[in-house]
Amino acid sequence: MRELSGKGLLIIDSLHEPDTKKPWSFKEKLLLGLAPREYLSQIMRNPLNWAMCIILALGVPLIVYRFVFGLGTVTHSSNDYPWGLFLGFGLFTMVPLSASGFLLGTTVELFGRRDFKPIERLALLNGLLGYLFAVIYLLVDLGQPWRLHYPMFVTWGTAAVLFLVGWHVAVYLTVQMMEVSEAFFEWANWPLAKLFIKRITIGLTVAGIILSTLHQGALGALFSYAPSKVHPLWYSAPYLWIFFFCSSIFAGLGMVIVVSTVVKKTMAWRCDDNFLENLDRLTIGLAKGASMAMVTYIALKLIGIAHDNEWAYLATGWGLWFMLEMAVGVIIPLILFSVSIRRNLAGLARFAAFMTVFGIVLNRLNTAIIAFNWNLYQEIPHIFEIIIAVTLFTIYIITYRFILYRLPVLYSWKPAPFREYSTAVEKSHFPGKEPAQAGVFRRTAK
Amino acid sequence: MKGITRRKFILAGMWGATAVIMNGKAAHGKADFEGYPEGMGVLVDLTRCVGCRTCEAACNNEQNLPVPDRPFYDQSVFDEVHHDGKQKRRTDENAYTVVNRYDAEGSEEAVYRKIQCNHCNEPACLTSCFVSAYTKTKEGAVIYNPKACVGCRNCMIACPFRIPAYTYSKALNPVIKKCIFCYDTRLVNGQPPACIEACPMEVLTFGHRDDLIKIAHERIRMHPDVYIDHLYGEREVGGTAWMYLSGVPFEQVGIDTTLQKDPILSNASEFLSNVPVVLAVWPALFMGFHLLATGDNRESGEENHEPERKEE
Repeated sequence: MRELSGKGLLIIDSLHEPDTKKPWSFKEKLLLGLAPREYLSQIMRNPLNWAMCIILALGVPLIVYRFVFGLGTVTHSSNDYPWGLFLGFGLFTMVPLSASGFLLGTTVELFGRRDFKPIERLALLNGLLGYLFAVIYLLVDLGQPWRLHYPMFVTWGTAAVLFLVGWHVAVYLTVQMMEVSEAFFEWANWPLAKLFIKRITIGLTVAGIILSTLHQGALGALFSYAPSKVHPLWYSAPYLWIFFFCSSIFAGLGMVIVVSTVVKKTMAWRCDDNFLENLDRLTIGLAKGASMAMVTYIALKLIGIAHDNEWAYLATGWGLWFMLEMAVGVIIPLILFSVSIRRNLAGLARFAAFMTVFGIVLNRLNTAIIAFNWNLYQEIPHIFEIIIAVTLFTIYIITYRFILYRLPVLYSWKPAPFREYSTAVEKSHFPGKEPAQAGVFRRTAK
Repeated sequence: MKGITRRKFILAGMWGATAVIMNGKAAHGKADFEGYPEGMGVLVDLTRCVGCRTCEAACNNEQNLPVPDRPFYDQSVFDEVHHDGKQKRRTDENAYTVVNRYDAEGSEEAVYRKIQCNHCNEPACLTSCFVSAYTKTKEGAVIYNPKACVGCRNCMIACPFRIPAYTYSKALNPVIKKCIFCYDTRLVNGQPPACIEACPMEVLTFGHRDDLIKIAHERIRMHPDVYIDHLYGEREVGGTAWMYLSGVPFEQVGIDTTLQKDPILSNASEFLSNVPVVLAVWPALFMGFHLLATGDNRESGEENHEPERKEE
């Protein structure tokens, strides 16, 4: 795409072709203004696509295989490790990395920090896709995924933590779809729908905070059911949910920095100047937020160890592993964030964000798989399980890229001339009336 | 402008209220249930077990489980270990009860121990299940409804005794498999489970749980030289219907002696009790932050919904 735009290809960022004022057709929007053949050759040229193709060729048949012949054919069918990579990575890691949606929503919409606006939509989209794929991982893992609606409508287990997780993730997914749909409505030119979403933004954002606080924490609380299985250093009955909630803050912020870095490197053509020029400043801003959450997290972890008097465990092999996780995933990134904030080094903050995301992956895998059943035996996931997990993540990347290429997430949709807009509104509002009576709308315009 | 604010505030409040109603029950998960007064139980006396595996055979027959490769009189299964010797045989989809052999210190003879579902008073599997697939019956059995199960396997995570097993091999209708105290075929008619009827050594005593506790302590009092002075299951994780007496320290026969005395649910109750608080307080708190943070520019077109605002 970079080459093509260099050759003078128009990048679609408004309803109309700028010169002829002819509206872009749906097909043109979908194919990024390229002819089908150009679009295909553009796909073929990218070596990453070939790599992803190979992964899909291996993994998609395995997913089909799993549904035809059962979970036992792609996992070790372990009765001791009932939750493997699909949940350990797919659910417990993807969800905290997707906390970005509610964090930036709160910052911009609720606290009125409009200066974070350029990155808000990326954070919202990151949240939506993370949750969506967490649910897809869950569907692959559930024994009977076609019963997913049971806890909603058929049989309620209200005293269970998972009941709360199920409801909250379902509701929050809906909330996030509504939040992100604003970008879609601009792209698809449905101004009334966009107007509706804008009206309820604050409500959606507050709902997002409530739901996120509870289900991010609830994922941790799920492991409080297993006091004799999770290693004491990772376990804490009263605080586990706070650990998970607090770490989801820097996980989400770190993930936004990581994604924005990748985006800047690989699809700068799609970003507008507003995004690119502000990105360094925003990265430092996000790093500030993340480092505050990290300090809190370290303090909470120390309280957790002190509360159950687990200091002696630190001197064991598990203790070393625990301290390594804390050092690589929290303490070193925290130091790097601090330096980057003080010296205004966005590059360093980006590096620290990669470490942060890695640290979260490690922490969640430790809790769910590695330090789980620490006094029993170590489970190494089945190779097919790993391939399916990687495949689903590849589909996540493809979906992510597909949306970023098209919807106004990294760029602002150039608004239609006012006349066009009010006509569109009116046509759907007062069918049959002439667009000349647009005065009532003009009154509220700036 | 104010009207919109108030409407939004109410909207947010309603979100919270709906959620409180939906989750209200979660907070009531009390962890002090001590079992039904008429609940039955089983006392397992490990000093009497000779490892004949008759109970395994009886269970297999009663529950119509597939016939295993090695016959039930084959004692070589006791040498079976998994995962580099770190695990002995455990319950699975084809065996709801399993006997293992242990070489305990201070005991010249090998000690055998039968495992099966202990039918907790306040079962972790039941309280962790988000579709209420488990039921603790008044007779004391913990039974499972395969028609409700979604297959999340949270019960397997929660069970402190690692009892529930999953039929991973099934593609269309995988379910949890575990001992159900022969509830539907026997217990509901007042009969003891198949394994107890089959045991030739009177290892297993069937009766009201309350009576069994008295019998067990009586045995310990009569033979302090034979028994460890502890009835395992009397208080562990809130009490279990199946309880163990042993002549050797419990940890030497593969029993987890580090388990808490409170039911497993009590670990999650602190989180669950915070749920309604968050639902009730957060809307007002964050709407308040919102008003404080954006109060100034509210009048200057903050609520302007024209799409031109995107250019800011």
